[in-house]
Amino acid sequence: MSGELITLYVTAIVLVAVTGLYYLLVTTSLIRAVIGLELVTKSITLGLILAGRLTGKVGLGQALAITLIVVEVVVLVVAVGLILLAHRHTNKVDTRDLRSIKG
Amino acid sequence: MLTLFVLVPLLVLLLLNISWRALPRIVPQAAVLVLGFADVVFGLALPTLPVNSEIPVLSELHFGLVADDLTRVFLVSIGLVICAAAFVNQESMTTERAHRNFCSLLLVSLIGMNGAVLLSDFFSLYVFLEVTAIASFILIAIERGIFAVEGAFRYLLLSAVAAMFMLTGVGLMVFTIGDTTFSAVHESLTIANGSPLLLKMAVGIFIIGLFIKGGLVPFHGWLPGAYSSAPPGVSVLLAGIVTKVSGIYALVRIAQDVLVSDPSLSMILLVAGSASIVVGAIAAIGQSDLKRMLAYSSISQVGYIVIALGAGTELGIVAATFHLFNHAIFKSLLFVDSASVESRLGTTDMGKMGGIGAKMPWTGTTTGIAMLSAAGIPPFSGFWSKLLIVLALWKAGREGFAILAVVASVLTLGYFMVMQHRAFFGKPSTQLDSVKEASAGYVVPAVVFALITVLTGVFFPLLKDSPLSFLLLNKGLSW
Amino acid sequence: MNDAIVEIAMLVTFVLMALWAVLATKLLRAVVALAATSVLVTLLLFRLDSPLAAVFELSVCAGLVSAIFLGAITLTQPENEAEVAVSAKERIRRYWYLPPLLLLLGVALLQVALPDVPTTAAAADDVRKVLWTSRHLDLLGQITVLVAGAFGVIVLFKEARKNER
Repeated sequence: MSGELITLYVTAIVLVAVTGLYYLLVTTSLIRAVIGLELVTKSITLGLILAGRLTGKVGLGQALAITLIVVEVVVLVVAVGLILLAHRHTNKVDTRDLRSIKG
Repeated sequence: MLTLFVLVPLLVLLLLNISWRALPRIVPQAAVLVLGFADVVFGLALPTLPVNSEIPVLSELHFGLVADDLTRVFLVSIGLVICAAAFVNQESMTTERAHRNFCSLLLVSLIGMNGAVLLSDFFSLYVFLEVTAIASFILIAIERGIFAVEGAFRYLLLSAVAAMFMLTGVGLMVFTIGDTTFSAVHESLTIANGSPLLLKMAVGIFIIGLFIKGGLVPFHGWLPGAYSSAPPGVSVLLAGIVTKVSGIYALVRIAQDVLVSDPSLSMILLVAGSASIVVGAIAAIGQSDLKRMLAYSSISQVGYIVIALGAGTELGIVAATFHLFNHAIFKSLLFVDSASVESRLGTTDMGKMGGIGAKMPWTGTTTGIAMLSAAGIPPFSGFWSKLLIVLALWKAGREGFAILAVVASVLTLGYFMVMQHRAFFGKPSTQLDSVKEASAGYVVPAVVFALITVLTGVFFPLLKDSPLSFLLLNKGLSW
Repeated sequence: MNDAIVEIAMLVTFVLMALWAVLATKLLRAVVALAATSVLVTLLLFRLDSPLAAVFELSVCAGLVSAIFLGAITLTQPENEAEVAVSAKERIRRYWYLPPLLLLLGVALLQVALPDVPTTAAAADDVRKVLWTSRHLDLLGQITVLVAGAFGVIVLFKEARKNER
C-alpha cells in the first residue's frame, strides 16, 4: 500500500470522526446526536481495520471491528429506547426541552 | 479458574430468566446476594485457591484473566457494594417487574466489573466497561421518570464519547505494535524501539476516555445528574463502584502495569486530580439536594485517588488503592443513608430534613461516621488513606500538591458540616413527628459499612501483618 | 493506478456522505446519508481484505441501524414542515464553520507523508482463527452485551402495564 494512499485513508477517517464529534456536541436533537455518534463509530471501525491491515494483522483488526459493531449497536438500541421514553414524557426530542437537570 | 467470576454470574443470569414467571421475588434477590458475597469471599481467599488450575471442559478456552492484589481489593469492593445495592433496592423498588429486571441488570453489571478487573487487554477492557455502562444506562432509567431518562441519556452520550477515545487509543496500539495486551504495550514502551511516542500517545488518548468515564474535572458534567436522578439502589451502585471500576481502576492498572512512573503521565494526573478535588468540593458546598451534594463530593474524592497516582511511586499506588477501597465503602454508606432518608421523607432536599438525625438515630450516626471518614478524621479508615496520599506526594517531591490535598480536606469537612447542620443535627421540626427509623434493608448495610470503616481505621496499624494486607497491595512499605 | 483511483473516489464519497448526514435538513435524509456512509465503509473494508467485518458492517450498520433510526423517527415524528424551515435557518448559523474547518484539517493532514507499507504482509492471519484462539473473552463480552441489550428492550420499550401491582 503506497504512503500517499495511507495518508488519504487517515485523512478521511479523521475528517469523518471530527464531523461526527462536532455534530454530537453542537446539535440539540437527541436523534441527531446519536447519528453523530454512529459517524464516529464508522470512522473508528475503518481505522481499526486499516491499522490491522498495515501491521499485517488483518484477523486481529477484523475481530476487534466485529466486537465493536456488536457493542455499539446495543448502545444505539438503548439510546433509542431512552429517546422514545423521553418523547413519551415531553412529546419533544430536543435537548432544549430537557434542561431540567443542569450539569 | 478465574473464568468462573464471569461465567457463573452469566449462567445464573440466563437460568434466572428462562423461567422467571414461576420464581418468587426472593430468588433473584438471593442470587445477587450470593454472587456478590462470593466475590467478597473469593476475593479474600484468592491466594489459597488453585487459581491457575484448568476446569476440564473449559481448558481449550483462553480468556487470559489474571489476578493480583489490586484485583482482590476490587473484587471485595464490588461484592460489598453489589450486596448493599441489592438490599436497598429490595426496599425501595415497589413493582415486581422492575425488581426482577433490576436484579438481572445488577448481575450484568457484576459480570462487566468482574471481567474488567480480571482481564489484561486494552480492547477487552473497553468491551467489559461497555457491558457495565450499558447496564448502568438501563438501571438509571429503570423507573422511566423523565429526570432519570435525561440523566441516563447524558451519561450514555458522554460514555460513548469516552469509548470512542478509548478505541482510538486501541487503534493506534494496533497500528504501532499490532497487539493490545497490557504486557505487550508495557514491553514496547520500555524497550523503546519503533515509535514509542505514538504508542505513548495511544495510551494517553485511552486515558482521556477513562477520565470521562471516571467523571474527572473537566469531564464531570454528566455525573451529578446521573447519580441524583437514579433510583436509590442504583445510586449506591453507581457512586460506590461503577464509576470507580470504569474510570479509576483502569488508571491504577495502567499506572501500575503499563506506564510505570512516567513523568508526563504523573503531571496530567496531578493536574486533573487537583482540579477535581477543588471543583468538586466547592460545588458540593452550594448544593441543597443531598444526592447532588454527595455526587460532587464523589468527584472531589476521586480527585484524591488520581492525585495519589500522580505521585508516580509505589507508595502513591498503594495510597490510591486504599483510598479507593475506603471511598467505595463510605460513599456507598452515604448513598444508602440518603436512600433511607428518602424512603421516610420522600425527598432528598436537605432543607426539608432539619433535625432528622434525632428521628433516625442509626442513619444519623452512620452518616456521621462516613462523613468523618471522608474528611480524613482519625481514627476512621479515610484518615489513613489520606495520610498515605499526603505522604506519597511529599516523598515524591510534590510538596505543593500535598499541601493542596490537606487544605482541601478542610473543605471536605466544611461541606459535610454544612450537610450535617442542615439535615441531621438540631431540633426536629414538628412536621417530622411521625418519622421513624428506616427499615432493616437500609440499616443493615449501613451498619455493616460503618463497622468496616471503623474497624479498618482502628486496626490499620496491624493491617500490614494481617491477612488483609492485600488492601495495601501486600507491599512491605515503611513510612 | 486504476485501483487507486477507485479507492480515492470511495474515500472522498465517504467524507461527503458523512458531511451530508450532518448538514441534511430533514432527519430522514440524514438517516439515508448515514446508511450510504455505512455502505461505503463496507466497500472500503472489502478493499482492505476484511470481508467478514465488511459483511457485519453492511448487515448490522447499514441494515439494522437504519431500521432502528427509521423506527425512532416514525414513532416520535420529531419535525413538521414549519419546524424544518426554522431549524434549517438555525442549522446554517450552527454549522457553517464545519465545512471550512474540515477543509483546513484535510489539507493539513494531506501534507503528512507516510512510508509505503508492503502489501504482502496482509492476510497473514485469519479472523476466525483470531476470534477463536486469542479473543475468547471478547466473545464472552459480546454475549453479555447482547443479554444487556435484551434487558434494555424489555425495560425501555415495553409499555408499562397500568394495573400492575
